Amino acid sequence: MTDSEKLLQDLLAKQQTEKLKPKDRYEIPSQPMPAQDGVVRRNNIEEVATGYTETQARLEAMRCLQCKNAPCVAGCPVKIRIKDFVTEIADGNYGEALAIIKENSLLPAVCGRVCPQEVQCQEKCTVGKKFKDVDQAVAIGRLERFVADWDKNEGSIPDVATETGKKVAIIGSGPGGIVVAADCRRAGHDVTVFEAFHKPGGVLVYGIPEFRLPKAIVKEEIDVLGKMGVKIVCNFIVGRTRTIRQLMEEDGFDAVYVGVGAGLPKFMNMEGEQLVGVYSANEYLTRANLMKAYQFGKGADTPIAISKKVAVLGGGNVAMDSARTAVRLGAEKVYLVYRRSEIEMPARVEEVHHAKEEGIDFRILQNPKRVLGTEDGYVKGLECLKYELGEPDDSGRRRPVAIEGSEFTLDVDTVIVAIGNGANPLIGQTTPGLEFNRWGNIVVDENCKTSLDGVYAGGDIVLGAATVILAMGQGRIAAAAMNEFLQQDQ
Amino acid sequence: MGNRIVTKKQLSENVFTLEVESSLIAKARKPGQFVIVGIDAEAGERIPLTIAGADAEAGTITLIFQRVGKTTAQMADLEVGQEIGYIVGPLGMPTHIEKLGTVVCVGGGIGNAPLLPIATAMKAAGNKIITILGARTKELIILEDDFAKISDELIVVTDDGSYGRKGLVTEPLEEICGGDDKPDLAVVIGPGVMMKFCSQVTKKYDVPTQVSLNTIMVDGTGMCGGCRVEVGGETKFVCVDGPEFDGHKVDFDQMLRRLSAYKSQEQKAHQAYLDHKCRIGLKRNS
Ligand SMILES: Cc1cc2nc3c(=O)[nH]c(=O)nc-3n(C[C@H](O)[C@H](O)[C@H](O)COP(=O)(O)OP(=O)(O)OC[C@H]3O[C@@H](n4cnc5c(N)ncnc54)[C@H](O)[C@@H]3O)c2cc1C
Ligand SMILES: Cc1cc2nc3c(=O)[nH]c(=O)nc-3n(C[C@H](O)[C@H](O)[C@H](O)COP(=O)(O)OP(=O)(O)OC[C@H]3O[C@@H](n4cnc5c(N)ncnc54)[C@H](O)[C@@H]3O)c2cc1C
Ligand code: SF4
Ligand code: SF4
Ligand code: FES
Repeated sequence: MTDSEKLLQDLLAKQQTEKLKPKDRYEIPSQPMPAQDGVVRRNNIEEVATGYTETQARLEAMRCLQCKNAPCVAGCPVKIRIKDFVTEIADGNYGEALAIIKENSLLPAVCGRVCPQEVQCQEKCTVGKKFKDVDQAVAIGRLERFVADWDKNEGSIPDVATETGKKVAIIGSGPGGIVVAADCRRAGHDVTVFEAFHKPGGVLVYGIPEFRLPKAIVKEEIDVLGKMGVKIVCNFIVGRTRTIRQLMEEDGFDAVYVGVGAGLPKFMNMEGEQLVGVYSANEYLTRANLMKAYQFGKGADTPIAISKKVAVLGGGNVAMDSARTAVRLGAEKVYLVYRRSEIEMPARVEEVHHAKEEGIDFRILQNPKRVLGTEDGYVKGLECLKYELGEPDDSGRRRPVAIEGSEFTLDVDTVIVAIGNGANPLIGQTTPGLEFNRWGNIVVDENCKTSLDGVYAGGDIVLGAATVILAMGQGRIAAAAMNEFLQQDQ
Repeated sequence: MGNRIVTKKQLSENVFTLEVESSLIAKARKPGQFVIVGIDAEAGERIPLTIAGADAEAGTITLIFQRVGKTTAQMADLEVGQEIGYIVGPLGMPTHIEKLGTVVCVGGGIGNAPLLPIATAMKAAGNKIITILGARTKELIILEDDFAKISDELIVVTDDGSYGRKGLVTEPLEEICGGDDKPDLAVVIGPGVMMKFCSQVTKKYDVPTQVSLNTIMVDGTGMCGGCRVEVGGETKFVCVDGPEFDGHKVDFDQMLRRLSAYKSQEQKAHQAYLDHKCRIGLKRNS
């Protein structure tokens, strides 16, 4: 018996006679996430974090103090009843735990893996506060993932109400679209999801890499939609193949959800950005993930740069994913160039940690000035400037200021620009009457309704580049409003 | 689910025409637009091809393509009745069709395919059409008859003089631009190098020039930036801002370099496909 198993047994025995006291709970060590070795995983694309064992999950769940006011819940954008599901895990009732999570989140296997928990639910956790370290908070996300994975083979299909005869079109099959499809279908509407790419899933399939979110998980969720009777039409670009107006006026759709994501890569507009070897993260990750460039020559024929030395620009999840993908595609040296300091990095803490373990060279407080090219137009280096932190800016973060004369050159053959995405203008250009703000995001009210009747929107196209759980949260709000709208309309 | 091949024709050794069922695209497309085609949704490439024609009633579109690498080789091996993996579109900005007076249309090699629907629409709008078609040798001139039908004047040139005039398309183009009936617009579609030199000629005579760029693409919706080119010092995405641009402003040299970024991998993929075909062939025979 391992030490952990022994500890669990002792705690369970103790619980038989008396309730665990906070002191007992504080003494349970925070359970680390088992992970593939940092060196080994550089050479494979399998998932890095391998998931809690049952023993670990129950021990971690027992660390929860069951706070009366459960402050963690306020940190979760979809208000999962965290305290209750964690208690069920502590008691070994995984099915019940999952049912509680599913009241509010349809994709626990996804959110458990990719939510930035340290700034959401876990940030508010009393246990973390007690230790003054958010890493010591109850590992809510990992527990969520544990129960979702535990359920693997029992994939239940939600009940669908009697057919209403109303037609719903969902544009984009990202997390927001998936949630709206499920909720509208449950209400008995005839639901069709239109997706521009040849595979559904949105950023979950083309952006976030396999080693962080296995594609099989996303596929399962999409398959459930299919089994519920949702139609999924790929290779259909709304605005090109058909417009929203045509869908509503000619094809008989009564309500539309626009969940097209961000989808317009930002570049730095610096010299040398057109050189061969400069990528947007979107292109790099799409080639690698969706189009399986990592299997080039072994079943896939998507080409991608064969890089030795790579510089990734940015400090968010997209930058981490790009850098870690480059490592797996065989790059010997990968730099991550970020102009602020590490505390300001928007990426999930776990990803930063994993990236470092994989040998990525963090160049913080540095920023590129121009890309240097060979005579025949290939990248040969990146000229950067050093920065220091000045006064706080609008976002409350200290503004990075260039140190004059601090130029230096990184010797690289590939540059991946991962500084964010703007809103893709296609829907705006082809949908008269739909209101946008000055950044190109769709304007919605508190029910996610747009300026057009019957048209709702959510996710990154409304929020700007945000998170999976926020897109899902908006999807839920939109679906509820759509179902109500369709009922009134009867 | 559609995408069935209805007719197939071989226009020259490496150029094929497919008429494919695709009713929504047939209805929505306008001259100058293109589709993205993929053979294998699991692990294949996505390639852009111009919609060379469409029959909205029959619900079909016509694609004309040159066999240059793996994906186009796979397409050339498909027969009538089979389906193309997926087709998405129509993509890109339609050509701005307007009555201007005289329009000189210059097509090089496979560029004749995307040029034809534009020339046809320009003619229908009431323009006088002068067409110059060029190729390395006689066998590679495609769609000559179709152009003959809509052109007021048709000039054919070949590099080796095996047909029509001997020389490059830039020569008759220069004569026309410098002549009495100076064209109001030049539309040039063909290999990058050809578009570059034609644009230099028309610039000299101040004839506005439209070229259609054929950069490498992934999504075709403005999401990846892989198709970007520099036009007049600004970054443009060919798939959404184009594919047509002012030839006098395009940085062709850069575009050509980006086009050759994956040469060695493309050759590997193509060779592997040919080897694979060859092995299957051997098995069948033994
Ligand atoms: C590399 C990367 C890593 C990330 N990591 C994390 C993370 O760790 N945690 C986290 O919470 N968030 C992360 N995010 C952000 C998160 O993925 C997004 O916020 C979320 O996916 C947005 O969901 P959405 O529903 O708005 O649609 P998206 O997931 O953006 O999907 C939109 C879909 O719509 C399709 N589409 C677009 N236009 C059309 C059209 N005209 N017609 C038909 N279909 C169309 C697109 O092809 C796409 O499939 C990451 C993003 C990226 C790019
Ligand atoms: C808007 C647009 C419209 C096009 N219309 C047509 C058309 O109507 N008919 C036609 O035959 N071709 C057209 N092309 C070019 C066509 O997309 C390429 O020939 C095709 O991608 C080659 O794919 P492959 O796998 O067979 O060859 P690969 O092995 O991938 O490439 C072989 C060679 O072709 C070149 N190439 C690769 N990708 C492209 C590309 N996207 N565009 C141009 N050259 C490329 C490269 O120099 C490469 O070395 C168009 C391109 C664009 C951008
Ligand atoms: S959905 Fe995300 S924020 Fe909410 S509890 Fe789960 S991990 Fe935390
Ligand atoms: S705040 Fe932390 S300890 Fe309190 S109920 Fe929530 S998870 Fe449990
Ligand atoms: S092909 Fe991706 S942006 Fe044009």
